[in-house]
Amino acid sequence: MEKTIKVQHLSKSYSGKKVVDDISFTVGRGEVFGLLGANGAGKSTTIECILGTKQQDAGEVSILDMHPSTHRKQLFEKVGVQFQESNYQDKLKVEELCKVTQALYKTSMDYLELLNKFGLGDKKSQLISALSGGEKQRLFIVLALIPDPEVVFLDELTTGLDSRARRDVWMCLSELKAKGLTILLTSHFMDEVEVLCDQICILKKGQMVFKGTVAEAISSSPHARLEDAYLWYTDEEVLENESI
Amino acid sequence: MKAFKAMFVTELKLSLRGMDMVIFALCMPVVVMVILGIIYGDQLAFEGASYTFLEQSFGAVAAIAIAAGGVMGLPLVIADYRQKKILKRFKVTPTRPSLILAVQLLNYALYALGSLSLIYGVAFFFFDYHMAGSLIQFLGAYVLVMLSLFSIGLLVGGVAKDMKSASVLASLLYFPMLIFSGATLPYEVMPVALQKVADFMPLTHGIKLLKETALGLPIESVGTSILILVVLGGVCSFVAVRWFKWE
Repeated sequence: MEKTIKVQHLSKSYSGKKVVDDISFTVGRGEVFGLLGANGAGKSTTIECILGTKQQDAGEVSILDMHPSTHRKQLFEKVGVQFQESNYQDKLKVEELCKVTQALYKTSMDYLELLNKFGLGDKKSQLISALSGGEKQRLFIVLALIPDPEVVFLDELTTGLDSRARRDVWMCLSELKAKGLTILLTSHFMDEVEVLCDQICILKKGQMVFKGTVAEAISSSPHARLEDAYLWYTDEEVLENESI
Repeated sequence: MKAFKAMFVTELKLSLRGMDMVIFALCMPVVVMVILGIIYGDQLAFEGASYTFLEQSFGAVAAIAIAAGGVMGLPLVIADYRQKKILKRFKVTPTRPSLILAVQLLNYALYALGSLSLIYGVAFFFFDYHMAGSLIQFLGAYVLVMLSLFSIGLLVGGVAKDMKSASVLASLLYFPMLIFSGATLPYEVMPVALQKVADFMPLTHGIKLLKETALGLPIESVGTSILILVVLGGVCSFVAVRWFKWE
């Protein structure tokens, strides 16, 4: 299978502390890849190194066979990104943000169509700050899709959302997956990962402790559920507690 | 170009929605001009002067909007956009984050020019003001003052640790300059000691230059001020570009 994202022996330290330690994985075209781990496990740093917004200390990364810094202009015509923190101006309206985003790309999708598709058609003249958490996250998916990307990066898209809103976002992502988009996401919710991800990688203190499918993650652990397996991979204490 | 245009329209809308620049760059200079016109009317600047007090003050009032945009607006918007990671977001698009800075510079330049047109109109229609000096020369000086003051703003916004420190620094620069550089309180009515303090402020030199060109006085007499503005602009721009923090 064609590999869309390649990460080889990626390492990154902050003031002597290794936050990403020799991580390697590939993501095939049309796959949904989940990067899992506790807060501070190195997920966001890994994503930022792949995107070129942070410079790695060692290792190679490529997206669509392009280097994120040297081919920046060309690459980001085809890559949609949603960072963990919301980043838009105060007093900005939904449609204004979409318009400006559209103007950044040579080719783009019709944002009105996307807004409608994600149930935000009637919110286009609202202030972004007035949207609910779920609506905001759906808007960020819309923004990531405006360039009509081949790859999207979604960092903790559903953190802070209630179950209903989370389900809505999943629906959107499933649809994108069906369309053949390559998605790299990070998440804290194992139910979500189970539904969406073809491949997962579990990080613990910057190191990769598991890589494979959800089924493999469960079968190579002593547990029957992904959530338990995940905790088993990331925290030995759970195991000890359970064996008492 | 498409991106620049779209961003420019949006940022202009946002700043109009924010009202700060409308108040500090457009309304305030007009108010100051009207007050000066009412108080001094067609009084001469000093006994035996060839120009009126109002004519002498024109250059100073014209500088208010430059200070508001350059030393207050620019640092705040840069620090704000960095803190909100808006600059960072542009790094993962085909454009560069510097594009939005260019948009901001143009935005504040337009406010300054808009303010200049407004106060010229007010002075002309209500107080019979005519610029004695060459308009071209005055505009040249205006652009120089703008570049110099904007570079300070770029520096403060570019290297300030966060929004809070940018806002403290901007206030420390803006308010003393607004009051003591002669922009609102005329330099000529200040005691000599205060004038000496004012001479440390970049805006004071900008205003000296604007006054000379507006009055059509020999520009050689403000050679030092021109030099200060050019050097300051050069140094601040260099430091800002070299040490700019994008995130």
